[in-house]
Amino acid sequence: MLGQEFMRNALLAGSFIALACGVCGWFVVMRGQVFAGDALSHVAFPGALAAAAAGIDARIGLFAATIAAGAGIGLLARGRVGLRAAGGPAGGLGPADDAAIGVAFTFILALGVFFLTRFSLGSQGSAGIEAARTLFGSIFGLGGGEARLAAILALAVMAALALIARPLLFASVAPEVAAARGVPTRLLDIALLILVGAIAAEASQAIGALLALGLLTAPAAAAQRLVRSPAGGIALAAGLALAAVWAGLVLAYLVPAIPPSSAIVGCAVAIHALAGVLG
Amino acid sequence: MAAGARTHMSIEPRAPTLSWNPLHDVGQVLEYHFMLNALAAGALVAVPAGLIGWLMVLRRETFAGHTLALMAFPGAAAAALAGVPAALGYFAFCAFGGVTIARLPAAGARAWGSEPASIGSAQALALGLGFLFVSLYGGVLGDLESLLFGNLLGVSDGQVIVLALVAVAVVAVLAVISRPLLFASVDPEVAVSRGVPVELLTGAFLLLLGLAVAATSEVTGPLLVFALLVMPAASAQAITNRPAPSLLLSVAIGLAVVWLGLAAAYFSVYPPGFFIGAISFAGYLLARLIAAAGGRADPGAGLRPETLA
Repeated sequence: MLGQEFMRNALLAGSFIALACGVCGWFVVMRGQVFAGDALSHVAFPGALAAAAAGIDARIGLFAATIAAGAGIGLLARGRVGLRAAGGPAGGLGPADDAAIGVAFTFILALGVFFLTRFSLGSQGSAGIEAARTLFGSIFGLGGGEARLAAILALAVMAALALIARPLLFASVAPEVAAARGVPTRLLDIALLILVGAIAAEASQAIGALLALGLLTAPAAAAQRLVRSPAGGIALAAGLALAAVWAGLVLAYLVPAIPPSSAIVGCAVAIHALAGVLG
Repeated sequence: MAAGARTHMSIEPRAPTLSWNPLHDVGQVLEYHFMLNALAAGALVAVPAGLIGWLMVLRRETFAGHTLALMAFPGAAAAALAGVPAALGYFAFCAFGGVTIARLPAAGARAWGSEPASIGSAQALALGLGFLFVSLYGGVLGDLESLLFGNLLGVSDGQVIVLALVAVAVVAVLAVISRPLLFASVDPEVAVSRGVPVELLTGAFLLLLGLAVAATSEVTGPLLVFALLVMPAASAQAITNRPAPSLLLSVAIGLAVVWLGLAAAYFSVYPPGFFIGAISFAGYLLARLIAAAGGRADPGAGLRPETLA
């Protein structure tokens, strides 16, 4: 299996993307920002298609769209992060941030349809393939250069997150106290969403804009069920994400009928379900 | 090559153009049977979506709604694989998804963001299954697009009848449970203490949401359901916080959006999902402007139990 070039590339890119997804995802789940992470990964789709319609590299569009959307959600949200989780599902009375996220990403997806049609007018058949690639990923189709670039970007995201991890944790757990002590909580909110945007763009190349959420949040949620401490939880989230990617890749290799994206997400969700039973 | 391109052009079903005469344009839109079907289907999904979406935004269950919408994709793909009508797949998966989300372990003290994360996992699993079904089916990529973004030409007479039945059923059930549901949505603790079956209502609401979403996704496609489910509701709640006018406004905006979007798609090569999404978004921006002009800087914040009396 490891003798295959495409499998080595998939393992290289997949491993680093998984580590970064697990680490970022831990913060996303802990702060109750799953819906924002979901929106960011879907936004990769219009980004890639806009780039394709304009004839430039799809990756530029991916990153531009998700990072811009991350900054946008960070700027629009009103610093109520974390209260959503604390207040329970039917809070009902606060400003409807989740409706605003829904409105914004639906409009961006509608733009994606526009670019898809625009792109398909100029190209015979390749638009559908590009759309499928962006929505559902193609980890077995990554070249050596692409895989190395994905690994480097994932490392960069993790390094940036490591730099802000301590103040971010403080700002997430006790926002008022952190703000009173001079921690730039709003800036940290935006920084996290930009990093999540970057890793969502990465993950969408591997497992697709529609499925990236599974790798971002399922291992992290499983880790939080099993381990309470932040350091242990983050490490476990990264480890579980890595396990999901490896198991998924092996499964997809052994059973060719299963697409690798479905296999990886299936493994991640299985880990989450198992943690729910154990925890 | 040129001959091929020409043949391709000649089998295009239509090439309508906008004139400066609005009556003539409306006449053009209403000329074809498929267009009448599409407009009827649009109205039949916009009304329940406007009502259910309004409650969904109020209950802050937008993420659950989005996840239910995406359930339609594996539903349609599984139906194609099994050789049964797509609508059966839509409704079965979305209704099942609604019941499943209602039964997911609620957020406890153990993990901070457990509930949305569980919904996220359900969504990821559904989409992974959908992609698996499409792959097993043989991966017809042209179909993938209409599976995800809807198809204007695809609404048959039978579908219109099914959508009508679903719309009547959803609105009727909603009318019966609306008062306790509104109470339970705005103030769950007090509702529980007064003996309102809040959990049962939540399950019923998510089931209705699943049905409305499945119906809507037949017109807009699973990815763009929110154009009729969230945007009209969020717009209406931004403009007024009194329940009855706000609900009516939500339905009216939904109807206007779906008809304008379908008519615009008729005159263009772009799919209806794009127009419905873009027009809906324009309406939302307008509603926020109206709200800001009326001094309501924080739309949605004003909806309090006392205004529901």
